[in-house]
Amino acid sequence: MQRDKKVLIANGQGFWGDSILGPVRLVNEGPLDYLTLDYLAEVTMSIMQKLKSRDPSKGYATDFVALVDRVAPQLVAKGIKVVANAGGVNPHACKDAVLATLAKHGFHGVKVAVVEGDDILADLDALMAAGERFENMDTGAPLSTVRDSVTSANVYLGAFPIAEALDQGAQIVITGRGTDPGLVLGPLIHEFGWTRDDHDLIAAGTVAGHIVECGAQCTGGNYTDWRDVPDMARIGYPIIEAAADGSFVVTKHAGTGGMVTVSTVTHQLMYEMGDPHAYITPDGVADFTSFTLEQEGPDRVRVSGVKGAPPTPTYKVSMSYHDGWKAVGQLTVSGPDAVAKAELCAEVVWQRLALDGCEYAEDERMVELVGAGVCHAGIGAPREPEEVVLRMGVKGPDRAKVDRFGPELVPLVTSGPPGVTGFAGGRPKATEIIGYWPALLSKERVHTQVSVFTS
Amino acid sequence: MPKVPIERIAQARSGDKGEGSNAGVLARSAAAYAFLKQHLTADVVRAHMAAINHGGVKRYAADNMRVLNFLLEDSLGGGGSASLKTDAQGKTHGLALLRLELDVPQDVLDSVTA
Repeated sequence: MQRDKKVLIANGQGFWGDSILGPVRLVNEGPLDYLTLDYLAEVTMSIMQKLKSRDPSKGYATDFVALVDRVAPQLVAKGIKVVANAGGVNPHACKDAVLATLAKHGFHGVKVAVVEGDDILADLDALMAAGERFENMDTGAPLSTVRDSVTSANVYLGAFPIAEALDQGAQIVITGRGTDPGLVLGPLIHEFGWTRDDHDLIAAGTVAGHIVECGAQCTGGNYTDWRDVPDMARIGYPIIEAAADGSFVVTKHAGTGGMVTVSTVTHQLMYEMGDPHAYITPDGVADFTSFTLEQEGPDRVRVSGVKGAPPTPTYKVSMSYHDGWKAVGQLTVSGPDAVAKAELCAEVVWQRLALDGCEYAEDERMVELVGAGVCHAGIGAPREPEEVVLRMGVKGPDRAKVDRFGPELVPLVTSGPPGVTGFAGGRPKATEIIGYWPALLSKERVHTQVSVFTS
Repeated sequence: MPKVPIERIAQARSGDKGEGSNAGVLARSAAAYAFLKQHLTADVVRAHMAAINHGGVKRYAADNMRVLNFLLEDSLGGGGSASLKTDAQGKTHGLALLRLELDVPQDVLDSVTA
């Protein structure tokens, strides 16, 4: 009966660069209906646009194809559905690579869907001509101030196109930029037939998605009381056990490491939190002050009573633009007097650069003595460390000036105070600063498309 | 009343939010939450984090989770890929906040060890 139906949705990839062991173990170590995977960070889209401009068959998360290659037999045998934002800026190339991988394994008839419409880079000028200003949500500046430097522009799409792809029978859904919680909410909409007007249910699915979107960060990873977390090496990735009424349980597979408690789940609910009363996604507005959390058993936390409000008329757009150059390098300075020697080293570097006519403004240069109170600057009494890592960097619009810095760092080994080592990385070189430009776009300007292909 | 780091009565998690960070503080008991809600104000946090955060501090409360959420508006040295800092994403700001020492009444301390 629909009323008793439970759907198991896991997240096996919390960010670009997360361990492949998460999803591999999820499909092997217990029951699962859906595996969701998040591959996109803010700067990822810009990097992918660059890869695609050099090679039209690139620009997506190749890690995802490697994962499908590794777990395809289990996905097919167990009928596990996969929702991944691995498409980056080239979802069709990703889909083609996945289809080729499935064919290689001899799996035919598997449906792979592509959700697109998020990439508006080519439409920016037309949208601006039509009156969209794309003002920076943080600063209020109009996009025209950086328009010529924009390198990627993507709408955070919602969950409904994912549900549509699943409605059409897809076993694997590949998207570009979308909200992270949408990867979980999409399957819930598909399974339970929730509608756009079910504001509380949409909010519940959004909260569920937010809890699991960073993978093991809700099962004991990055947890204050880290000594209490059992078997961290085999930490279990999170699973949502969802019901049609919007209530759900956060859990993990039996026998895995880590732990699911009200506290570990609340840790993740606090992550990237703004105003807890209004967590805005394109599908609705979730109220994080509305629900209750309770421990209903070992590694089982029930969430119920989530309240939501109707969606806003806009999508959030994530743009990246070229914002100058930076170079960062480091050396290790041993004691005795590590701090005083490292401070001298930094001063020597700035003075030598100045001798050569190269000076950096206060906000374009940085010195850290890692080991002597960097992360918690100004907090706690200073103690003399055995050694420090001297970390220095510069940034600015002039690439040549940024590159001038690197060659003056390593010479400290022979022309500075004694005990300077650890220069294995060589000369630091200028790398591009990718600026982030968040903006809003009227929903009626965006056209999403879902297409389904078969292996 | 003993002056203790508030880690005794709270947990925390932090991360980046644009050019700033957020640090959520989760009280370990109802009594700890009541105490922190009264004493862990935005001004107290701003003073404690002054060498890390160069902007304002905003506080939100979520009573259902015993959570106080602090937005540190300029704590990442530019944020994102523009930052030169080691902790460009504010991952360590929650623990920095938990090192704040306050005069915590004995009954509040007892409420979390029970």
